[in-house]
Amino acid sequence: MIKDRYDLVVVGAGPAGSSTAKTAAKAGFDVLLIEKRQEIGDPVRCAEGAGKKGIKRHVKPDPRWISAEVKGSRIFAPDGTKLEISEERSGAEVGYVLERKIFDRVLAEQAADAGAEVMVKTPATGLITKNGQVVGIRGRSLGEAVEIKAGLVVGADGVESLVGRWAGINTTLAPSEIETCAQFLLKGVRNDDHSEFYLSNRLAPGGYAWVFPKGDGMANVGIGVLGSRSEGGMPIELLSRFVNDKFPSAKVVEVIVGGVPVCGPIERTIADGLMLVGDAARQSDPLTGGGILNALDVGVIAGEVAAGSLEEGDVSREALGEYEKRWREKIGVSLERSLVVKERLVQLSDEDLNTLAHSIKDRNISKMGLFGMVSLLFKTNPKLLWSFRKLFKSKG
Amino acid sequence: MTVCVNRYRCGYCGACVGVCPNAAIELVETWVSVNDKACDDCSACVSICPIGALEVRGE
Ligand SMILES: Cc1cc2nc3c(=O)[nH]c(=O)nc-3n(C[C@H](O)[C@H](O)[C@H](O)COP(=O)(O)OP(=O)(O)OC[C@H]3O[C@@H](n4cnc5c(N)ncnc54)[C@H](O)[C@@H]3O)c2cc1C
Repeated sequence: MIKDRYDLVVVGAGPAGSSTAKTAAKAGFDVLLIEKRQEIGDPVRCAEGAGKKGIKRHVKPDPRWISAEVKGSRIFAPDGTKLEISEERSGAEVGYVLERKIFDRVLAEQAADAGAEVMVKTPATGLITKNGQVVGIRGRSLGEAVEIKAGLVVGADGVESLVGRWAGINTTLAPSEIETCAQFLLKGVRNDDHSEFYLSNRLAPGGYAWVFPKGDGMANVGIGVLGSRSEGGMPIELLSRFVNDKFPSAKVVEVIVGGVPVCGPIERTIADGLMLVGDAARQSDPLTGGGILNALDVGVIAGEVAAGSLEEGDVSREALGEYEKRWREKIGVSLERSLVVKERLVQLSDEDLNTLAHSIKDRNISKMGLFGMVSLLFKTNPKLLWSFRKLFKSKG
Repeated sequence: MTVCVNRYRCGYCGACVGVCPNAAIELVETWVSVNDKACDDCSACVSICPIGALEVRGE
């Protein structure tokens, strides 16, 4: 039964929330993980690609939630020029294509195994505060109003996060800070275990189209459009067009829509008695839109800092500064870097994108990581990518 | 003016909630609810919707 007080209440059972809850419960604290949906992980709002190493840091690979393993990636310029990256390196970006309906629930099960209480169909609807400090949440559980006190609250409530805003942290995304996406799960796609990315202002203004293989002739095929360049319904229309062109005989067996924060690190992710984690803290990568691994990694940090602060009996904003510091050390630089690259890429015309692809297509890029490729592009096209210079100076 | 949600079209993804500058939208499981009192008709939610389920309508 739900109690009226816990050491830690975590709002949202996505990767960020489950990882936080598991870590704090393992450390011996009384943790409640609440999820507004009745089924964790469903509906999916993800293309389900994640690096193998990153996943293995958190959970033992299990065929139940691995749909496919990819051998490499291909990036296509607007004119069709192909850049190919082999698996060992691109594995950092894509490696597994997951089945998140199962993956997310397994993560929640792990939190439960560690001792956390899990409640589904239980949305938080507000915060309880005392002298400006968050001391619990208000919500509904199976339709009944509940008030739950907490030593500390974590908002892991995803792109639609309100927890931070209730505590006075402005997490509003400007239209230019979100990719608005539509995706079909297709049956009848011939693929050879490569993930594909299509850059083009015509196909996906300020974003890209992707094909991620899921095995058995299935694939996640989607499109992300920069919010400031979209209008209502544009992603699903562009996606239908892309799929009609490229996979005319494939069948749509699932429709997925969603938004990914691409704003880069926000100013503040803590308040007295509160921390934000994952998409709620806008910790997804601004260039790729990937957020699963950051959510898992930062969740561990949040769980550890929660345990430490609860142990010390100090959950003030100052004490939680430890969380702010540690997550920025872990992923701050890569978020900033991706932001610089994304901000320039979204300004480029299709002609510019073609020029970039031509400039490196005959170079030996197959073993390069994403950032190696960015570095080579900068060296080859300094004028076009002048804003990248800040990524490479001050080292020598 | 009010923001109207076409519930037959909505994919309840929450993108609209993320961009609302007034925190006037909430995603209650499969139900996007708009607080008309907090909404200032900026229509950020309308343009961001990936599936075209929102529109601003006059009285
Ligand atoms: C189309 C698309 C494709 C993507 N592709 C990839 C990809 O290939 N690889 C990758 O790494 N990332 C991808 N992402 C991003 C990735 O899905 C997110 O970064 C990731 O899910 C973030 O995890 P999270 O735990 O922070 O949030 P979520 O997974 O969004 O979890 C938040 C949870 O909180 C719950 N919640 C919200 N409000 C409340 C409340 N008030 N009370 C209780 N519960 C609440 C929600 O129901 C949800 O279950 C993609 C995103 C989209 C939209």
